[in-house]
Amino acid sequence: MIRVVLPQHLRTLAQVGTGIDEVTVDVSGPPTQRALIDALETRYPMLRGTIRDYSTDRRRAFLRFFACEEDISHESPDAPLPDAVAAGAEPFLIVGALAGG
Amino acid sequence: MMDVLMSGVRVLVGTRKGAFILNSDGKREKWDVSGPFFAGWQIYHLKGSPVDPNRIYASQTSDWFGQTMQRSNDGGKTWEAVGNKFTYEGVTGTHQWYDGTAHPWEFKRVWHLEPSLTDPDAVYAGIEDAALFTSTDAGQNWSEISGLRKHGSGPKWQPGAGGMCLHTILLDPTNAQRMYIAISAAGAFRTDDGGVSWTPINKGLVSKYIPDPNAEVGHCVHRIAMHSARPSTLFMQKHWDVMRTDNNGDQWTKISGNLPTDFGFVIDVHAHEPETVYVVPIKSDSEHFPLDGKLQVFRSTTGGNEWEALTKGLPQQNCYVNVLRDAMSVDSLDKCGVYFGTTGGQVYASNDAGDTWNAIVRDLPAVVSVEVQTLQ
Repeated sequence: MIRVVLPQHLRTLAQVGTGIDEVTVDVSGPPTQRALIDALETRYPMLRGTIRDYSTDRRRAFLRFFACEEDISHESPDAPLPDAVAAGAEPFLIVGALAGG
Repeated sequence: MMDVLMSGVRVLVGTRKGAFILNSDGKREKWDVSGPFFAGWQIYHLKGSPVDPNRIYASQTSDWFGQTMQRSNDGGKTWEAVGNKFTYEGVTGTHQWYDGTAHPWEFKRVWHLEPSLTDPDAVYAGIEDAALFTSTDAGQNWSEISGLRKHGSGPKWQPGAGGMCLHTILLDPTNAQRMYIAISAAGAFRTDDGGVSWTPINKGLVSKYIPDPNAEVGHCVHRIAMHSARPSTLFMQKHWDVMRTDNNGDQWTKISGNLPTDFGFVIDVHAHEPETVYVVPIKSDSEHFPLDGKLQVFRSTTGGNEWEALTKGLPQQNCYVNVLRDAMSVDSLDKCGVYFGTTGGQVYASNDAGDTWNAIVRDLPAVVSVEVQTLQ
């Protein structure tokens, strides 16, 4: 069971429930970014295309992936997730870029 | 015409930060505002099915999260996310980039939704980079009508300042095979065979800002409007110039007449008078606000050339909003209601065909689109 923290707009879109910051998903096979997001999109189909671009399958430019106080956005999507994330001890964070003014 | 006392009006407002729905009875004097729906997201367009007004489609988009699509089956009370996969058919190809180089087509967002005139599960979507898509299963799956983008002129199309968007889709109510679309900045196109093949319909358009002012494509068409009773006649607000055609777009004629400026974005036609047309002149392409700080709708009851300013109820000083291309609509009551939204967050409405105006809501986020449903 992997814990995922979604940005607010994606929590709303996925209708995870008020006050719920984290969701959990089961990942079959080796836990990687790709496998995790595949599992997330399977559980919440409305998130397809919102985290990764449909045509390129790449992370959207204004989103970042954090885990264990590290920015792992530029890791290969097929690299293993940190052990603490894979074990459910730490969450995988999907973070929207800060912007405004 | 519908009976005012038995009818209602629902106004669908898309803004930079969510959607709002305004309801009134047929008098159109008191308005109930609900929303924001999809708070924080850009809602480029919402539009209801003419067959089933409770079926509404919405384009929800974000620089962060891309494009999502929403559908309501209960008049906008509740919504469900539907399909958001827009994949160009075949080899993607290139169009011109701002610097004249070849640039691959890339999907960015859905600008405009046009539900079918006969089937509530069928809907068209105009997207950026410019292409036409359709769904026949109520928005779950989308496929490209690729004959348009594969028209031989495609590599010459280029984006306007707002992107290379397909923003206008007009369905001919008398001919199911005929459809018109417009792209900024490629121009207008027509199909007479249900979308298989397309013809540029830009003869008579003159755009001084392009190398060949009379080119077949490259014109920055901002909006086209049609009256359902006279679908061979179209009215166009081009970047500069207000135009009309009476032969399905084969030839356009300038009808700017006495307008104080003929730059603008919106144009629409009175619900019951095919020769009564509305525009909102904007000062210029470098100053996107009303002339002299006065918000004025101009109405022609003669199909163009002779225009009168409609100002009662509209701000006549210090007004520097814009009215974007999808932000005007009419209802079909008697008298015809006319509605438009501004980038300052007001939606103005007239329940007397433009003679007087009221802000039916104000201080919303910048309004991108306004659509009106006349309900029985």
